[in-house]
Amino acid sequence: MYTQSFNVPDGAGKTVPLAPSTEDPALQAAFDARIDADGRIEPQDWMPEAYRKTLVRQISQHAHSEIVGMLPEGNWISRAPSLKRKAILIAKVQDEGGHGLYLYSAAETLGTSRDQMLEGLHSGRAKYSSIFNYPTLTWADVGVIGWLVDGAAIMNQVPLCRCSYGPYARAMVRVCKEESFHQRQGYEALLVMMQGTAEQREMVQDAVNRWWWKCLAMFGPPDADSPNSAQGMRWGIKRVSNDELRQKFVDATVPQARVLGVTLPDPDLKWNEERQHYDYGQIDWNEFWETVNGNGPCNKERLATRVKAHNEGQWVRDAALAYAEKQKARSIKEAA
Amino acid sequence: MKPAIDYLLHLADNALVLGQRNAEWCGHGPILEEDIALSNVSLDLIGQARLLYQLVASLKGGNCTEDRLAYFRDTHEFRNYTLLELPHHGPLSGYAQSSMDYGTTIVRNFLYSALMALLWEALEKSANADLAAIAGKSLKEVRYHLRHSRDWLVRLGDGTDESHARVQAALDHLFPYTQEFWAQSPAEAQAIAAGIGVDVTTLQADWDAIVDAALAEATLVRPPVGGYVTEGKQGIHSEHLGFLLAEMQSLARAHPNGSW
Repeated sequence: MYTQSFNVPDGAGKTVPLAPSTEDPALQAAFDARIDADGRIEPQDWMPEAYRKTLVRQISQHAHSEIVGMLPEGNWISRAPSLKRKAILIAKVQDEGGHGLYLYSAAETLGTSRDQMLEGLHSGRAKYSSIFNYPTLTWADVGVIGWLVDGAAIMNQVPLCRCSYGPYARAMVRVCKEESFHQRQGYEALLVMMQGTAEQREMVQDAVNRWWWKCLAMFGPPDADSPNSAQGMRWGIKRVSNDELRQKFVDATVPQARVLGVTLPDPDLKWNEERQHYDYGQIDWNEFWETVNGNGPCNKERLATRVKAHNEGQWVRDAALAYAEKQKARSIKEAA
Repeated sequence: MKPAIDYLLHLADNALVLGQRNAEWCGHGPILEEDIALSNVSLDLIGQARLLYQLVASLKGGNCTEDRLAYFRDTHEFRNYTLLELPHHGPLSGYAQSSMDYGTTIVRNFLYSALMALLWEALEKSANADLAAIAGKSLKEVRYHLRHSRDWLVRLGDGTDESHARVQAALDHLFPYTQEFWAQSPAEAQAIAAGIGVDVTTLQADWDAIVDAALAEATLVRPPVGGYVTEGKQGIHSEHLGFLLAEMQSLARAHPNGSW
């Protein structure tokens, strides 16, 4: 997975207007020309500070999302109902950890260390995808997260493979390949459950009911209320608008739900012949913003769990560093 | 056939139970790289368990499957070493749990991997061709597990005062459980007689050498052994396996006719 499909300002959740550029005009012009020509910006290249900051914020949010996202699904590893599903789930959650790793590395190329980024997460300053603040209540949630949450994330992330910042774009190529595998695995797990017992089918429908609207909200506020998007588009960091991505997701998902045999919980969901798209109902943005701002069902648990793992791992990291220092001292002594 | 089944279940249960334990770190590791590494080790172990259970299921025939063996046997039917079912912390009963301790995890993985690196190698010559093939695959994996756990054992042992104390405590706690490795069970004796299994006592000197060299490098002291010898491989377990299985088997048992 997973990124928030839009850019949430860290901190209070209010949009901070970008400062007017005080950069060297010649460098700025060269940068703009590269962006306009759809070229790539690499770590050693000059870039405006605001571009750098936006990228660090977005990539680190994305990395945090991967790491926090390990928790809701990891919740079912110990109880996976078959050995095959257990292996698939461990591999999947491990992939998310791997994505976190590439993304932290991509963000480090912008001059921010992993420790600094983690500090932002642990202090509650940095955001992560809000979708992970909802609980996984049954095994079907694991399948539905694969199908819908990963599905929504892919819609957002495929365009990021063309992001103007080279390291991020390249990391996203691999992330997207793995995500689309996860999405198919999730869908396949649900197909098998739908062919099982009546209780299993109910479990799948219940999970779809709980996750559908949260997934639509993952694409972020409507374009009209999304002030950061325009600058992101200008910089080639964001390529497709929130509403366009959301529509694409709905259009792709409706036929998949039909094949699966589940009902998407929206009475207003219907084909619009004129638009050649599905219409859908109103998303509860109040509930969404409450969750983004820390007041969802699992925000406190997720963050506290990450902080606990980090704090309790301190002695392990300290030991590794101390040992490396000793080894270095020994090799210097030997050389002398 | 019976000797083969009991012996294969012992190997399979070892892999599954330790795989289940190591997966508890997924999402909770001390550093992201170790989350990934421990998950990988866990995946290898569950993969080994699956191959072994599939082999048992084919020998048993009927409607036996890998999942029936993993999810529908009770505590006393499990044949894993007691060492592998213990929680990732020092000695505590049942609900008196403590946070997971990476030192305990690493010491256990090291002690077990050092044994399995030798055992899988010897089992490549098993009279059971399927087991020999599984041994070949598992050997490649366990050599990585051994390298991983040994590297960390040395880092933690020769790291800070705190890490040294923690990993020594973990070693003191876990080392007595390794006595079970060398106490031959009737199932092992039968499997050895049938040419399927390996007499683990013939591997003890090599295991000692691997362990002693690593402990010396880690500046750790090998604890004395003696006293109670655990009997998990004969189905007499610690109190901890019941909790592990209750959790692991809960969903499968709630939906015995489900398809997953």
